[in-house]
This record gives sequence, structure tokens and C-alpha cells, in this order.
Amino acid sequence: MIIQGIAFYVFAALLVASGVMVISARNPVHSVLYLVLAFFQAAGLCVLLGAEFIAMILVIVYVGAVAVLFLFVVMMLDINFRELRAGAMQYLPLGGLIGVILLAELAAVLGGWIITPAAQKIASAPAAAMGQATNTEQLGQLIYTHYVYLFQASGIVLLIAMIGAIVLTLRSREGVRKQNIGAQLARRREDVVAIRKVPTGEGV
Amino acid sequence: MDIGLGHYLTVSAIIFTLGVLGIFLNRKNVIIILMSIEMMLLAVNLNLVSFSVFLNDLVGQVFSMIILTVAAAEAAIGLAILVVYFRNRGSIRVEDINLMRG
Repeated sequence: MIIQGIAFYVFAALLVASGVMVISARNPVHSVLYLVLAFFQAAGLCVLLGAEFIAMILVIVYVGAVAVLFLFVVMMLDINFRELRAGAMQYLPLGGLIGVILLAELAAVLGGWIITPAAQKIASAPAAAMGQATNTEQLGQLIYTHYVYLFQASGIVLLIAMIGAIVLTLRSREGVRKQNIGAQLARRREDVVAIRKVPTGEGV
Repeated sequence: MDIGLGHYLTVSAIIFTLGVLGIFLNRKNVIIILMSIEMMLLAVNLNLVSFSVFLNDLVGQVFSMIILTVAAAEAAIGLAILVVYFRNRGSIRVEDINLMRG
């Protein structure tokens, strides 16, 4: 129990610290790397909760896909970040005020949360009812039966996102010489090769 | 030292607030704003997973996976729009985006 407590506090402290660094780092590359650290800590918290599948998905999807995408964009675009940083502090009072208000409201709402025993009975997919299966197996039994339409719909969302990103960023540039295989294959010998009789001493 | 639901909710509330604060502090930098949105979605995910565990109901984790999907799609589309915008203007200043209205 004490190990669990220590692990929780370590993960939580690192998560909050890297969250602070994400929004305050001067260099956006450092921001992205701190974001990766934050995702790893969140995955650790999920493991601690007993949701291993979500933890692994967090690492794979967020760290492996989203954060790397951010890193690519940050490094690919040639942006003067110092200019973008200028005047950031003028919004600190307003942002800090709104942050404090939001945090106080969240604390007021969530702080006094008590789970009534009746809530345990109305769970639509209780984990205990699935026997000794692991978390991944239980989730699989849910998403491939009850929530299969939702699962397919999320696949369609990803497909549309992929098509949208490709359509947005694809461009055909003018004046770029590329290999045109169709034109190459359509060339015939008669069109491009001519045999001439050249008289001696006169040239073509 | 007993870690309950309240501890996890506190952490995710702090992360969510940091995301909101990040949007305010980096008004000019769209990349950091997108990262802040990712952090807010992470906080929501943590909230859903912790409620799912403590209420002993797996649907929360299914929902969290759907949110993950939407977050990935949103990041891909947002960054694609950003790349196109940068290609057209040579900068990613948020204040100039309203010049694009037709």
C-alpha cells in the first residue's frame, strides 16, 4: 500500500511538473519533449489504477503518434519562436485568474465526491462480472460486442482524418521535373530515332 | 497514504487547468495551443479512467479510447492546417488568421 502511495505521488508530481514545463518552456521542441514525459506519467497513473490497456494505448498513440507528429511540425517549420513568445506575460494575470477560478470550481465539485453503494449496482459493464479476465480481455469483450458500432465509427473518424490531412497538405508544384512513366512507355522508336544518310564532308 | 478517487481527480483537475492556462499564456503560438488542448484531453482521459476503476464500470475505459481516437484525429488535422497556413503566409501568428476570411 505504501509503495502504491509513493508511486502515485511520484507520477503525479512529475506529471504536474512536466505540464508546467509544456506551457512555459521557451523552446517548443522542449515543450514537445515535456509533453512526452507528461504522457508517460499519465500512463504510469493508469497502470497504477489497473487500466493497463489504456496505459499502453496512451504510450503508443500519444507518444508514438501525436507527440512525434508535433515534433515533426515544430522542427520542419522555420518559425521565429522568440517573436511569438513576446508579450506572453501580459496575459498572465487574466489567465492566472481564470485558472484559479477553474481550479477552485473543479475542487469544489470533485472534492466532495462520494460514491453511493447504489451506484455500484447500476454499472452497465461491471468489471467483476467478467471473472478473472485481464483488463485488456475485458475491454475486448466489450468493444467487439456491445460497442462494435462505436468502434467502427472511431475507425471511420481516423480514416477521414487521414484523408483530410493528405488532401490539405498535398500540392502539385509547377516546374518540377519528374519521371513520367506513361510518357516513357508511350515513346515509339519511329517518333524519336531517325536514320539519315550523311554525305561525306558536308555534315548534317 | 491510501490513494482514493479524490487524488486522481485532483491531478487531472490540475492538468486541465494547466491546459487552459497554456492557451492564455501562448496566445500567439498555435503549436503550444494545440499541445495545451492535448493536455486537457489527457486530463479528461485520466478522469474517465479513474471513475471507471472506482465505480467498477468498464464503459469509462471504452469511452476513453474513443476520446483518444478523436484526439489523434484532431492533432493530425490541426497540424495539417498549420502546415498549409505556414506555407501560405510564412508565419503561424494566430492574430493574422482572421485575415483569411473571404
